[in-house]
Amino acid sequence: MEMPAAQLHTSRANVLGSMSAIGTALPFLLLLVLGAVFPFFGGGYWSLIATRACVYWVLVSGLNLVVGFAGQIAIGWVALLTLGAYTTSVLVAGNATPPLPPYLALAIAGAVGAISGLIVGLPALRLRTFYFAITTLGFATIVTQVALAWQSVTGGGVGVAGPIFPEPFSSPTGFYYFCFGLAAICTWMTANVAASRFGRALTAIRDAEVAAEACGIGKPVLLTTVFLFSGAVAAVAGGLFAALQSYITPDAFTLDLSVLFFIAILIGGRSSILGPLLGTILLTVLPEFAAPLVAWSTFLYAALLLAIVLAIPGGIAELLDFKNRRPIESDRAIIPRPELLARLFDAPGHVGALTLEAVSLSFGGVHAIDSLDLEIRPGQVHGLIGPNGSGKTTTLNVISGYYAQQRGAVRLDGTTLPVFARERRAHMRIARTFQTPRIVGSASVLQNVMIGGTIDGKGTFVEALLSLPRHRRDEAKLRDTAMLALATVGLERLAAVRADRLQHSELRFIEIARALMLRPAYLLLDEPAAGLSAEEIKRLGAFLLAIAEAGTGVLVVEHHPDLIFDICHQITVLNLGRKLAAGTPAEIRSHREVVNAYLGG
Amino acid sequence: MAISIVLSGVAIGCIYALIGITYNVMFSASRVFSFTAGTLGMLGGVLGSLFIARIGMPFAAGFLLALAGGAVLGIVTEIVAVRPVLKRLDQHLYVLSTLALALMVQQFTAIKWGTDARPFPRLFDLARGGFDQQFWLPMVACAAVIVGLELLYRRTLIGRAFVAIAEDTYAARALGLPERSLRMTSFALAGLIGALAGFAGGEMLLAFFGNAPLLTFYGFIPVALGGMGNNRGAVVAGLLLGLFQQTANFLVGGIFASVAVFTVFIVVLLVHPEGLVGATLQRRV
Repeated sequence: MEMPAAQLHTSRANVLGSMSAIGTALPFLLLLVLGAVFPFFGGGYWSLIATRACVYWVLVSGLNLVVGFAGQIAIGWVALLTLGAYTTSVLVAGNATPPLPPYLALAIAGAVGAISGLIVGLPALRLRTFYFAITTLGFATIVTQVALAWQSVTGGGVGVAGPIFPEPFSSPTGFYYFCFGLAAICTWMTANVAASRFGRALTAIRDAEVAAEACGIGKPVLLTTVFLFSGAVAAVAGGLFAALQSYITPDAFTLDLSVLFFIAILIGGRSSILGPLLGTILLTVLPEFAAPLVAWSTFLYAALLLAIVLAIPGGIAELLDFKNRRPIESDRAIIPRPELLARLFDAPGHVGALTLEAVSLSFGGVHAIDSLDLEIRPGQVHGLIGPNGSGKTTTLNVISGYYAQQRGAVRLDGTTLPVFARERRAHMRIARTFQTPRIVGSASVLQNVMIGGTIDGKGTFVEALLSLPRHRRDEAKLRDTAMLALATVGLERLAAVRADRLQHSELRFIEIARALMLRPAYLLLDEPAAGLSAEEIKRLGAFLLAIAEAGTGVLVVEHHPDLIFDICHQITVLNLGRKLAAGTPAEIRSHREVVNAYLGG
Repeated sequence: MAISIVLSGVAIGCIYALIGITYNVMFSASRVFSFTAGTLGMLGGVLGSLFIARIGMPFAAGFLLALAGGAVLGIVTEIVAVRPVLKRLDQHLYVLSTLALALMVQQFTAIKWGTDARPFPRLFDLARGGFDQQFWLPMVACAAVIVGLELLYRRTLIGRAFVAIAEDTYAARALGLPERSLRMTSFALAGLIGALAGFAGGEMLLAFFGNAPLLTFYGFIPVALGGMGNNRGAVVAGLLLGLFQQTANFLVGGIFASVAVFTVFIVVLLVHPEGLVGATLQRRV
C-alpha cells in the first residue's frame, strides 16, 4: 500500500510547516518587543522618528499588497496620504462641517481613502504597466493642486492644523503607542492576507496572469478588494501623519514621499512582509545618520532605487532567504502515484460530454479553426494532433475561454459555455495546462499547487485579514489537498522549494498537480510531453490514463505520436483548422491521408 | 479673449505634442516608455535660462548647449536605465529604472538650481503683442520637429533604419542593422526634441524643476490618446489637449481644469485602452 507513505509525507509537511511558521514569526515578535520597550530607551527625538516609521508602515503595509504582491506599479500613492491627512484635519478643525472628534474623523478618512484607492486603482484593470503608473502619478499631482487651490477648506498654501488625539494619546509617547499599535495590527493583517489564498492569487496575477485566470481567479474582484483595503490604511496613515506634523501644507506631500514608500517595498522584496517592513524602518532612520545629506535624501533614494532594480531585483527578502540556497538533491525522478487519485477525487460528480459544434474562428483572413465538431467524453483520453498551425492550441483556447469563437458553440453536458469567460471555466471543473509552464517562480511548489484550489476557499477577504476560523479551516484543507496532489504526481519532496529552481519536466507535472486541485471533470493539456525524457513520457502516459479512469475527460494536444497512440481512446486529426480524420488509434493508423501526410508510409 | 485662449492653447498643446514625440522616438527604438521625457522638457527650460540669463551667453550658443544637454541625458537614459533592463526577462523594470533616473535629475536640479520658478529670458527683442513670441516659439519648434522628422524618416538612410527598427526589431537585426547604436542615436534625438520643447516653452512654463512631473504626465496624454509611436496622432491629441486645458482654465479655473483633463484622460483610456488611433490585441496564450 502506498497510502501511508503519502500520509507520512503530508504529516511531515505539517510539522515542517508549523516549525517554519515559528521561524517566520520570530523576526516579527522581536520587532514587536523592541517597539514596545523603545520609548524607555530612545530619547524624545528618537520616539518621534519611531512614530514616523510606524505611520509610514501603516501606509506601506497596504501598498505592499498592491505593489509587492499584485505587482501593480502604483507610484502616486502619496495622494491617498494627502487625502487622509486633509480629511482628518479639516473634519477635526471644522472648516467645512461642525468639528468632529478625531477618532470619527480618522474613520471617515479611512472610508474616503478606501473609495479613492478604488478610483485610483481601477484603471489597473484595463491599462498596462506604464499607463497605470502614469495615472497614479497624475492623480497625485492633481490632489496636491486641489489642496493648494481649495483655500476655504484646506487653507491653501497656508495649510491647516493637524488633529490632536485625546488622552492617553496626546503626549508624544502616548501617540507613539497609538501609531505602533496600528502598525502592529496592519502587519498582522497583511501577513494573514499574504499567507492566504488571496495573497497567493495576487502573486499569480502578477507572475502568471493567464494561469491565474485558468484557476478561476477573478482579477477585477480581487484587485478591487485590495485597492479598497490599501486606500483605507493609506488614508488612516494620512490622519496620523497630520497629527504627527501638527500642521500640514501641500508642500508636505511631495512625490518624494511616494518614492520613499515605493522604494521601501522594492528594497524589501516582492511577496514579502518582513522585507518591506525592514525597508521602511531603514529608509525612515537612514537620513538621521546622514544629517549633512538630508537635502540629498530623495536623490539618494532614487539612486538606491536604480541600484536595486539593476543589481538585486529580489530585495532584502531574497538576501535573507537562506532556505532556498541550500542545494536540492540533483538525482531526482518523477514517479507519479496514480493510486492516490481516488483519494484526491473523492466523490466525483457525474457530468456529460464536452462538445464543440461547428466552431469557427479566424484571425484576419486565416481560418484557424473552420466549423469543427468535437466530442470529448468523461473517462476517456482524447488526442488532438496535426501539423503546426492546424488549430490544435486554438481549439484548446476556445474551450478554455481564452479565444472567442465567431460561430458555433462549446457545450458541457448540453449547456452552452459562455464565450470568452476564462475564469468561469474553473467553476465548471474544466482545468488546463500550458505549452510553456506558467508558474509563480518566487513561490514554493506547494503554494503554486495551492493556487489551483483557490475557488474552493469559502472564507471572505475580511475573514482572511482577521484569520478567522473558517479561513483557517480553508487553508488547512487546501494545504492537505495540495500535498496529496503533489504526492499523486510524485513531487511531494519538493513541496517547500522555490518553483523557479526546478527542472522543466518537474514544472510540467506541477502544472498537472495544480490542475488536479480542481478535481477536474475535464483536463486539457497543451503539449504535456514537450521537453520530457522518453522515460518521463511513458510515466506521463500511464498517469494520464489513470486520470481518465478516475472519471475525468482528458484532451491532449501533442506532437509525440507514441504517446498519443499509446493512451488515447479517440484521436482527432486537424489540418488547416479542419477535421481531417477522427477515430480510434487503430483507425487513424490505417487512415490513408493521415498516414501519407504525417506518419510516413 | 477667445483669441488669447486659442493662442495659448495651441502653444501649450505644441509643447505637450513635442514631449509626446519625445516619448514616441524613445519608444520606437526600444519599446520602452521613459519617465525622463518630461524631465528633458524641464531641463530644456532650466538650461536655457542658466546659459542665457545667468551666464550671459549669446542666444545661439545657449540654445545649442541646452539641446546638447538634452541629447546627453537621452544617451544617459539609454545606457543607465534602458539597456540593462532590456536584457532582463522582466522588462517591466524599465518603469522603475527610468523613474529613478528621472527623479535623480529632477532632484539634482532642485538642489543646484533651486526650487523656485525662475524667469526664462526673452529671446528676441520684440515688443510684447497679441501674437507674442512665447506663443509662436513653441509652434515654430513643433512645426520644425515634424518637418525634420518626416525628412529624416523618408529621405535619409539612418531615418529608414529607425523605421525598420521600430517596425520589426528582429528582422532589422537579422538584416545587420546596428540595433544598439541606432537605439542610442534615437535616444539622443529624443533628448534633443524634449529639450527643444522645454526651451521653446520656457517663457510660458518658466525655468522650474517642478515642470518635470507635470510634463511627464501631460506629455504622455498625447501618446496614450494618439496611439503609441504615432507622431501625427500625438500632434493632433496634443493640440486638442492644450486647447481643452486652456478653455477649461478660463471657464472653470485652474484646479478644476486639471481635474477635468485627468478625468477625460482616464475615461478615454478606460474606453479605448489602446488609444483613439490603432488597436492591436496581444497574443497571450
